[in-house]
Parts: sequence; C-alpha cells; structure tokens
Amino acid sequence: MSHEAVHPVPLQRKYFTPGVLILCAIALNGIVFLLGRFFFGIGSVTNLNNQFPWGIWIGVDVAAGVALAAGGFTTAALGHVMHREEYHAIVRPALLTAMLGYTFVAMGVFVDIGRWYFIWHPLIMWNGSSALFEVGICVMIYLTVLYIEFLPVITERFIGKVKLPGGLSFLNKPIDKLLRILDNWLSKAMFIFIIAGVVLSTLHQSSLGTLMVIAGPKMHPLWQTPILPLLFLLSAISVGFPMVIFESLIASRSLGLKPEMHILSKLGSMIAPLLGVYLAFKLGDMFIRETFVYLKEFTTASVMFSIELLFGVVIPLRMFLSPKVLKSPPLLFTASALVVFGVFLNRINNFVVAYTPPYVVKSYFPSFGEISVTVGFVAMLVLLYRFVVLNFPVISLPSDQPAIRTKYTIRGGKQ
Amino acid sequence: MSGKSRRDFLKTSAVIGAGVAGFSKSVKAAPKNVLSEDRMGVLVDTTVCVGCRNCEWACKTAHDLPAGELTSYEKRDILKTKRRPDVHALTVVNEFSHGKNSSLPIDVKVQCMHCDHPACVSACIVGAFSKQENGAVIWDTDKCIGCRYCMAACPFQVPAFEYEKALNPNIMKCDFCFNRTKEGKLPACVSICPFEALTYGIRTDLVKIARERIKRNPERYVDHILGEYEVGGTSWMYLSSKDFAELDFPKLKSNPAPGVSESIQHGIFAYFVPPVSLYALLGGIMWITKHRKEISEEETL
Repeated sequence: MSHEAVHPVPLQRKYFTPGVLILCAIALNGIVFLLGRFFFGIGSVTNLNNQFPWGIWIGVDVAAGVALAAGGFTTAALGHVMHREEYHAIVRPALLTAMLGYTFVAMGVFVDIGRWYFIWHPLIMWNGSSALFEVGICVMIYLTVLYIEFLPVITERFIGKVKLPGGLSFLNKPIDKLLRILDNWLSKAMFIFIIAGVVLSTLHQSSLGTLMVIAGPKMHPLWQTPILPLLFLLSAISVGFPMVIFESLIASRSLGLKPEMHILSKLGSMIAPLLGVYLAFKLGDMFIRETFVYLKEFTTASVMFSIELLFGVVIPLRMFLSPKVLKSPPLLFTASALVVFGVFLNRINNFVVAYTPPYVVKSYFPSFGEISVTVGFVAMLVLLYRFVVLNFPVISLPSDQPAIRTKYTIRGGKQ
Repeated sequence: MSGKSRRDFLKTSAVIGAGVAGFSKSVKAAPKNVLSEDRMGVLVDTTVCVGCRNCEWACKTAHDLPAGELTSYEKRDILKTKRRPDVHALTVVNEFSHGKNSSLPIDVKVQCMHCDHPACVSACIVGAFSKQENGAVIWDTDKCIGCRYCMAACPFQVPAFEYEKALNPNIMKCDFCFNRTKEGKLPACVSICPFEALTYGIRTDLVKIARERIKRNPERYVDHILGEYEVGGTSWMYLSSKDFAELDFPKLKSNPAPGVSESIQHGIFAYFVPPVSLYALLGGIMWITKHRKEISEEETL
C-alpha cells in the first residue's frame, strides 16, 4: 500500500496568539448571554416570540451548522468508500471539523429548546411522522459515529506514550494495552461506522429540508417546495468539498503551513458537477412551480433568493470550471467561500427569511444576545480545533521519508 | 433469483427514488388519527357574537390563569387592537368592522381549531400532542421538550410558548376544556356564552346545523363553513356574514396540513428499506474499490 505523503502529526505551535485571545473574548461574551438564557429564560436573551418560534439558533447553529459539517461525510465517502487514498490527508481535518461542528449543533439544540433537561426524551418517546424526530435521532447517532471515527486519532496519539504522573504510573501498562486492543478492534470494524456515517448523513441532511415542508403556506413560495429534502441533500453534498478547501486554506495560513494545493485542486475539480446538479434542480423546481414571478417583485425574499442563487451557486460554479481558479489558492479560496456563503444563506433563508406567519405583530431580527451566542459558538469551535490539531495527529505534513502507515486506513472484511 | 425477489428489488428502488423526490404514493402516508364518528365540535356563529368577552374570562378561570373581575371585560377599548391567543389568554375575541351593510361590528372568537389532522400532532418530536376521541387536540407536559416545532407547523398560528420561564416553560393553547368535558361539563366558553354564539355538539350534527342556517338565511351568511374542509376539517367551525379572509382567517386548502411532509417522511423510512439499501450499496462500492485497488497493486509489484 502506498502512503507517500500521509503523515499526520500534532503541530508544534504556541496555543495563544493575538487572534486566539480575540476568539476567547468572543467566546466569553457568548457564554455570558448563555448564562442569561439558562437563568432567566429564552425570552430574556432572544427576540423570539409566538409569531417567530425559531430564530438564528435553529437557522444558523443547527441548520447551517449541519450543512457546513458535510465535509465529514463527503470526504469519508470519497476517501474510504471509494478508496481514493490520495485524499487521505484531508480526511482527518474534515472529520475533526465535522465532529466539532456536530458537537456545536447539539449544543445549539440544547440551548434553544425550552426544556433542555429533557433533550433525551426523543430516545424513548418516538414520533415516526415527525421530521424533527428523524433529524434528532440521526444527529445523535451520527455524533456518536463521528466520535468513534475519531478514536483512532486518540489511540495513535497515546499508544506507547501513556505517562501518568506519580502514583498512577502503575496504570500506564494496562492503559497502553487497552488502547492497543481498542485500536486493533477499531481498524477491523471501522468500515461499519464509515458507511453508517455516510448513510446517516444523507438521511438527516435531507430530513432537515423536510422540516419546513409542514409549515406549508407560512413559508415563502420561493423556498417552499415538496423537493426541499432533495435540495437540502444536494446542497449539502455540494458544500462538503468547498468547506474542506475553505478550512484547509484558512488552517494552513493560520498555522503557517504550505497549502496542499495538489489535493485541493483535484478536490475543487469535482465541485462544479455537484453544484451543477444542485442548480439544475433548484432552477427546475422554480420553473415547474412558476415561482419566478416572485423575483419580479422587489422584496426581502426576492433579493435574498437572488443573492443566494447568484453568488452562492452560479458564480462559484463558473469559477470552479476554470483551470486557472483551481490552481490559484486565492481564487480557489474565493470560489469555495462563495459556495459556503451560499449554503449558509440558503439555510438562513429557509428557516428565517422565508418564514412569514399569517399574524405578525412584530417582525423578527436576531437580538444582540442571540448573535453573541451564535458567534461565541463559532469561536469556541475554532479554539477547540486549534487545541486538537496542536495536540493530536490530525494535520499531515508533507514529508519525503517513508511515512508510517496511518492507523486510519480502512480494511475490508478480511485481515 | 426468483421473480418475486426481483419485483421486490424494483419496488424498493422505486421507493427510494420516490421517497427522495418526495412523491411517494406507493407508501402509506400518515398514521391513522383517532377520528371518532362521534367527535365533538363547536360551531361559532360570528353573526350572533356581540364581543362581550365573557368567554375570555371563563377560559382563564377554567385554566387557572389570572382572570380578574368579569366586569372588567366590559371595556371595549381592547377590541381596537387585533390580538392573538397567548400564554395569558388561550382564547381572545377580535372585532372587525362590518363594512357598508351595517354599523354593527363583527366579533370573532379565536382559539385552537382542533384540526382533524393536526400539524402539531404530526410535527411534535416526542409525540406530546394527541388528537383525542372527543375531538380535542391536547398537549402532554410530561413529554414536551420545548422545541417549538408545533408553533412552526400550526397553520393557524395557535400554540404559544412561555418565553419568560427559565424552568419548565409550557406550550399553551386551548385544550377544548378536556378536563371539563371528561366530566360531562360543557367547555367553559360555551357554557358562559350569553347569546349562544357557540354551539357545542357532535361535529357531523354541527355541519348539518350550519348548512341549515345558511339555507334559511342566505342573505345573513356567506355560503362557507370555515373549518368544514380547511386543512382536512377542524373541530371548531365558523359561520360569518363576510368573507373569512376579511376576518383575518388564513386562506387554507382542504388537504391535511401534515400531508406532504408525512409522505416524504414515510417514503424515506419505508420499513427502513431505503436506508438499509443505501448502506448495502455503499458497502458494495467500498468492497469493489478495495478489491480493485488490491489487484492493481499486485500488478505493479
């Protein structure tokens, strides 16, 4: 087996930089408002009311969060299901982002629901006809699967390096042995979890689209369509690789590494067809339901829809078709960022902008507290990401010497 | 491979396709609601209602909400603003001008419609809502997690949430006085109404009564019983002298509110066949690509 350049290592960097300190401040600000929510109720922090029961905590933290964590299952499908090993260097960072992303999706749900201490209820109280139940269960299981998929990184980090302090040192050997057994078992069973992760992702990515179908006429016709689940799935699939490129380029800039253009360009070349399929369905849906008539009006809905489609799909689609864009880091970054922005906006549009209830006393705009919590979560995610890549073997450094075999290869049934 | 299993396979693939596209007709939609033939309902005759708001007081009293003195409800200033049911009042009366025909206003009592195919029941993540045999749609505090999906789903925008409570916030809406009707009593609002604007009875009878009233007084009513067919029928129904759209009722079609959403949901999960098939498909691809890679590696060696 060839494993030329795949050699993930914990990066040797200082944790605290001026940027990190700013992120800490943003995270702390979010925590302050979170405390307000838990002590004084959702109404004390948010602008939500009986007309607008869902705001950006659902639209951004949950819906956009799930979509933008799609890099995890798309790269898993590419690298492990299709065995394209040249992409293995990006699978771990993508997995880490997906794992952290979904963790914060769960946190977003946790703070948004009124009775957070009953968050486990869906596990035993089932309602098969509820799209939200499906999303909830799938996300719970998928989060577990992501943690399992990440375990080999932990075992790899500690095998042969377990050094407990002083009195506990007698545990070093048993723990090491345990890790080795776990690692051995994982490398044999991992394919089960990899496939499960992809299946679970397709299920809840699409069901997330089903969520708003039940809102019926309360949702603007530009977005309300029975093929919402399909559109959500297609957009999630097409945002997976752009998100990986986007993160990879930011991470290499921030960590002072050379961008892995040889992989990212190849990854980028696959985006245009995926985006094209999404665009085709989106336009097809618009023409079949003849909703383009709403684009003639100048309203928030029509403007947001046009921005989403033009800047989030059409322009990046054209960019990804150009070989020049694929070879240039800044252009590739711009194109990827546009797709990420487009899907992000699409989720906000679906859950917040499109939602027009029949009786509106006051229109909804997120409060400072809501925005603080959402931005705070993003800051915490970045801080955790930095902590993990500095302490665990996630990011691969290109090296000439033959690398050790990664623990994360997926072996088929035998061996 | 026998013909049967091949047919099953084709059926399965069709279900996957249909389910994903959201046009599944081959799979069973919505689980059956408890829809008793004898389910009760209320007929609201807005041409009779004078807007005394006694029902608001009775409702609050019956649900242990701060109600104040009954006499304080005589003030009509509050009718100038359009209100919605909320956590302080599960029913409210709104007033509309009659227009050119009469100087008398039209008063419309608003509360949960108790749909026959309720969106909240379909949507609720933990099944905290249920349609009862007597027609009431009620909410179970022991299950609710406070996600507010019922509020996003309700076509009449009825459920309200206690945003100001940090612990155990409730979803609040009219429960058709479930605890009173269980004991054979009338719903509080029906029982207090001084002009019999509210008629409580078996829903099918109420539809007949409403038709009869329209037939006898065609100039008094518009020929439309709101709630007879809207979103698949509701337990509460309205008669009016004016188009319902002018009385702030949402324009709704006759297909049940959860309809498409449930078909999609049950299509994607038809007996877990689509997810399991996808799992098998991906497993197959994984095995083939792995196998192919091993062969090519052996060749290069």
